[in-house]
Amino acid sequence: MFVLIVGCGRVGSTVAKSMLADGHDVSILDEDPEAIAMLERGSQQSWEESGGTFTVGTAIEMDALVEAGIERADAFVASTDGDNTNLVIAQIAQRRFNVPKVVVRVLDPARAKWYGEQGLQTICPTAVAIDMLTEAVRETAA
Amino acid sequence: MYVLIVGAGKVGWNLARELIGKGHELTVIENDQGRYATVEDELEHAVQYGDGSELWVLDRAGIERADMVIAVTGDDEDNILICQVAREKYGVERVIARCNNPRNLQHFELLGIKPAVSATDLILRLIEHEVPQYGPLHLLDLPQERLEIIELEVAPDSAAAGHIVKDLGLPNGSLVIAIMRDGTGFVPLADSMIEAGDEVLLVLDTGLEDRVAARFQSPNASGEAA
Repeated sequence: MFVLIVGCGRVGSTVAKSMLADGHDVSILDEDPEAIAMLERGSQQSWEESGGTFTVGTAIEMDALVEAGIERADAFVASTDGDNTNLVIAQIAQRRFNVPKVVVRVLDPARAKWYGEQGLQTICPTAVAIDMLTEAVRETAA
Repeated sequence: MYVLIVGAGKVGWNLARELIGKGHELTVIENDQGRYATVEDELEHAVQYGDGSELWVLDRAGIERADMVIAVTGDDEDNILICQVAREKYGVERVIARCNNPRNLQHFELLGIKPAVSATDLILRLIEHEVPQYGPLHLLDLPQERLEIIELEVAPDSAAAGHIVKDLGLPNGSLVIAIMRDGTGFVPLADSMIEAGDEVLLVLDTGLEDRVAARFQSPNASGEAA
């Protein structure tokens, strides 16, 4: 399958490398040309030699999304550092390009919950961390 | 009317002043502490500090009872989100969004955020208006009602020049509503003469634009309108 990941930070780059290792076609879009270093860290090969694609562009720009391959994406991951950017581009992927699988990283639990109820698959690292921390403390108390 | 404005930049602050002057109740939300302090000197309790795309900040500002939400931050994604949440989560019937980059207008449209106001787009339209030869200028588009109002300049060698309105041969579903000549405008009658160089305003059903425009343009320049 063809996976498009927008946002090449710690999360996006790691997901990209895992998907590539699983044998999928992976394209990643980030506005910072230096972000490709995240994909090549600890690797002998360049990202492109490994078979990945990297596009420099602004997440919300239609031209950049198209260049990165959104029209043929089977899966779309929104993992920029902006919750609102992620929520907007995920809806573009879902509603304009009919990408079958759309996953959005949203740090704010409230927005993650509400947009989750509206039919977006939101992943909230903050909520996950809160649950795990609370659970860890409870285990100590027990 | 209770109005919530998100973003206390030049647009938000001046809007707030005008609306308060007209007697409306409002709250402005500003995310930048320095800017908040500046604006708070004048607007006092009418400005709140916080990220207007956070739901609790909107709750605190009373979005539940807002008659209108206006998102005028410098970030298009934020403006889209704020308006979407205002309308779909809180049931605010009237939203207005600022679109900073006109290339993002399609995203506002896709997500049903309207009206979206783009200063760049407005200025571009005004520039088009000042250029002597131009294709149809869209003054108003009502996609839901399937109507539009366009403005055209009458080319000297066009089919329309030198004919009266009722003989223009316009398709059904289109109507000349004003003629502008020598700096003044008038509402035409069926026997009003169309002259070369006139600017005409037409109301028409969506989809008729090319056929209507062809009557007012030079036969050689018909491709330019597209």
